[in-house]
Amino acid sequence: MTLHPMGIELLQLILLPLLAPAFVGWVKIVKCRMQGRTSPGLLQPYRDIRRLFIKDVVLADNASWIFRVTPYLAFGVILMTAGIIPLISVDLPLAATADIIALVMLFAIVRFFTALAGMDIGTAFGGMGSSREMMISSLAEPAMLMAIFTVSLASSSTSLTQMVSVMANGHFMIRPSLAFSLIAFILIALAETGRIPVDNPATHLELTMIHEAMILEYSGRYLALIEWAGMMKLMVFFSLGIAAFLPWGIAGSGDPLSLLLRGLFFVAKLAVGGVVMVLIETGLAKMRIFRLPEYLGSAFLLATLGMIAFFILE
Amino acid sequence: MSTELVIQLNTLLAAMILLTSFALLVQRRMFAILHIFAWQGFFLGLSTAVIGFATGEHHLYISSLLTLVMKVILLPYILYTLIHKLKIHREIESVMNTPATMLAGIGLVIFSYHLTAPVRQLSTLMTRSTLAVALATVMLGLLMMVTRRHAVSQIIGFLAMENGLFFAATSATYGMPMVVELGVALDLLIAAFIFGIFFFHINTTFDSLDVEQMAKLKEGD
Repeated sequence: MTLHPMGIELLQLILLPLLAPAFVGWVKIVKCRMQGRTSPGLLQPYRDIRRLFIKDVVLADNASWIFRVTPYLAFGVILMTAGIIPLISVDLPLAATADIIALVMLFAIVRFFTALAGMDIGTAFGGMGSSREMMISSLAEPAMLMAIFTVSLASSSTSLTQMVSVMANGHFMIRPSLAFSLIAFILIALAETGRIPVDNPATHLELTMIHEAMILEYSGRYLALIEWAGMMKLMVFFSLGIAAFLPWGIAGSGDPLSLLLRGLFFVAKLAVGGVVMVLIETGLAKMRIFRLPEYLGSAFLLATLGMIAFFILE
Repeated sequence: MSTELVIQLNTLLAAMILLTSFALLVQRRMFAILHIFAWQGFFLGLSTAVIGFATGEHHLYISSLLTLVMKVILLPYILYTLIHKLKIHREIESVMNTPATMLAGIGLVIFSYHLTAPVRQLSTLMTRSTLAVALATVMLGLLMMVTRRHAVSQIIGFLAMENGLFFAATSATYGMPMVVELGVALDLLIAAFIFGIFFFHINTTFDSLDVEQMAKLKEGD
């Protein structure tokens, strides 16, 4: 018995929102363990989301439709990316609708609307957060495209599923270009998902916050959706990294047993990735915001070096 | 070890040399610069040994050993003691436009790739593709000398240029004759001593190793 490709597609769309809070919970567990604290457990993010859904929404009087639409939009768009990123299969019919450049644009749409929503109420914190987020993204986005393009060059395609199947089936080669773009991608992923050297996901009401400043005015189910979308975004970035740089074991047939095995393998890779991220986060301190252009500049440099290395050396 | 794998290994080492050149370009702290320079020498020596192994040119082993001793141990050690004696190990260079320097560096790499294209087409050596990296290393060393104001980092830029030349020799012709290499190594060693003397004099005269000070004609501006 094999599952229809559309069925796998649906499975992925369900898998992402269900697994994302557990992934964030896992990252928190490892982090707490590293810092010698007791952790709240794997299920705490689920409990947080449920609590927020039960709570009432408090809206500012001057909130416009942008403020109310943004949480749904962010959640929906991030969910859509699960349709085109190969998590457990490369046989995705919807992948033909959007390639990797469209994927970056999808992230940009979310960021654009979140920044607008941050400014919508008119509080000082919201505007500050939006302006910072825009500064970071304007520097991170070209670097991310460059890093991804190197993988595209190596597999001569911009379609994610095509890239993954070429990379997963090719014979082993030492490729410095991919190593450079992987490092660049990790730097950018930390910036885009608001992790430690760039933003601290655990603080509120500090002058250093970026993402939290934008969504400060949200409450209740809106906040739940935004938080959930943030967790999904973190997992999407990890999945993208796994798909582009460590795709082994992702391709295969559609029968349920093999799918289950690949799913478990994917979860194992995610878990290891989470540990790596915690190591990075625990080892580094948050950067001053004016050092960020340098940080993202070096990410861009690495991505470009990867591309140059591809042309010069391979 | 197959030829394919050797080429890939050499490619990887070339990429690491390029990466260390960029790291030298943007690093501000004195000791970190020294460490990166030592790493560059290490990758260079390793790459020379790999080429020597692949081509059967055994004199390359000697140059590899020479590189490792000179550029990983001796030169960094001399500079290390100098920095310690002059008490400048805490100094960091403040005036430097890092993003612009990086972009200029990328431009130089592309330029050297373009410049070595005819050689690459004519050459039949298996190291022909790394020639562009070698030229880029020379140019990045030069860029480092131009953008830095501190005497020690200018010297490191100069030594990085020499690394690039050495790498160019191994990738263009499988190394220079032994006599030339020994001569260059000796010259470098002597140069390092002369640099040391100069550092001492600059430091005692101007109380700083910032070469900008030398542009002043009058005292007490």
